[in-house]
Amino acid sequence: MKHIKLFNLTGSFAENKDIAQTIRKEQILPALNNGEKVILDFEKIDAATQSFMHALISDLFRIFGDSVLDRIDFKDCSETVQKIIGIVVDYMQES
Amino acid sequence: MGNIDQFIQDFDSTEPEKLTITAVDKWMWVHPVVLSMIASLALKIEKKNIICQQITAKSGHYLERMGLFNFLGIKSGMNIVEHESSGRFIPLTQIKNSTELTKFITDMIPLLHLMPQQAEPIRYIVSELVRNVLEHAQTKYGAIICAQYFKKSNTIRFGISDTGIGIKTSLRNFYPTEDDIEAIKLALMPGITGTTSREGGTELNAGAGLFFIKSIAYVNHNFFIIYSGTGMYKLFRKQKQEQEGDFVLHANPKLDRHSERNNLPQWDGTVIGIDISLDSTSEFNKLLDLIRNVYSRAIRERKEQKYKKQPKFT
Repeated sequence: MKHIKLFNLTGSFAENKDIAQTIRKEQILPALNNGEKVILDFEKIDAATQSFMHALISDLFRIFGDSVLDRIDFKDCSETVQKIIGIVVDYMQES
Repeated sequence: MGNIDQFIQDFDSTEPEKLTITAVDKWMWVHPVVLSMIASLALKIEKKNIICQQITAKSGHYLERMGLFNFLGIKSGMNIVEHESSGRFIPLTQIKNSTELTKFITDMIPLLHLMPQQAEPIRYIVSELVRNVLEHAQTKYGAIICAQYFKKSNTIRFGISDTGIGIKTSLRNFYPTEDDIEAIKLALMPGITGTTSREGGTELNAGAGLFFIKSIAYVNHNFFIIYSGTGMYKLFRKQKQEQEGDFVLHANPKLDRHSERNNLPQWDGTVIGIDISLDSTSEFNKLLDLIRNVYSRAIRERKEQKYKKQPKFT
């Protein structure tokens, strides 16, 4: 199980896509490729942009399909973060 | 912002190597979007080719305080007492990379004295708009942004400009259009990006940013304009009789109450202006629910249209 605490990387407003891309490439993807589950921990993050979330998770749907959701836990999300994740997950599954 | 058309119409872009600024004698005020445009142009033009008429209007001090003359490389000759900027304005700022953007957003919220509910859509808007410039405009000058708070209307007015490739050129590989206004309207639709024609976008771009911004502006009764090339789309403020819950968010910007122009003086790049009323900042999370519904439906409908096989009748 790979536990990724995002706050130290993003601050309370997660908007930097470069950081999102780095987290995905250097932490999430290697863990998923190893067959591990991933916890994305949003504790202390009060909001995120759709761009950030897209850069963080959209490619996982392309690589692993919708079933990637069974292998990721979104932990301690604020209501806003939950909704942003919901939007990205929805449109990636529609695509 | 309601009458910005007139200013833009009178902007003379026929000599791009020169910048000449004139002003009326008695009283003047310009929207921050205009200041961001002037500062963007000033960065590209040799200082010896920048001429600014002596500003005599007392209200011209505003230009000094917003930092315009620093961008022009001209001494204004105005002796003013600098007031504490908190709660009043964000002077013209050039943002050229992600790190500068993150710092700008962090500094901006306390400067504008915003409540959390007010801050949420504002930092969202600024982040997405500036990031659009950094990623798509292809300009070394980055984005120029400024803002001013107006106590009487309890509104923050923002201007963000760039002198990059513009929206039409940015979209042309995957969504070629005949003219600038069509490109602007396409860019406002969810899921349209200049980086791919694939639904869901690329690993880094979904084509959602401008649709989110338009939606935030619409729900919060805000003016919103995009000007690029010779085209301008202006979203009108939601009418007062439209109460929350009554109105419909549209994926297609043609369905929103708006005006459009396609014969304005050429702006090489993109200009965005937005007036954010702090009285009517709807709950951001409710807005996100609306966006989620509209966004998914738009992609579904577009996919069906694209892939649905039609019978051939001979």
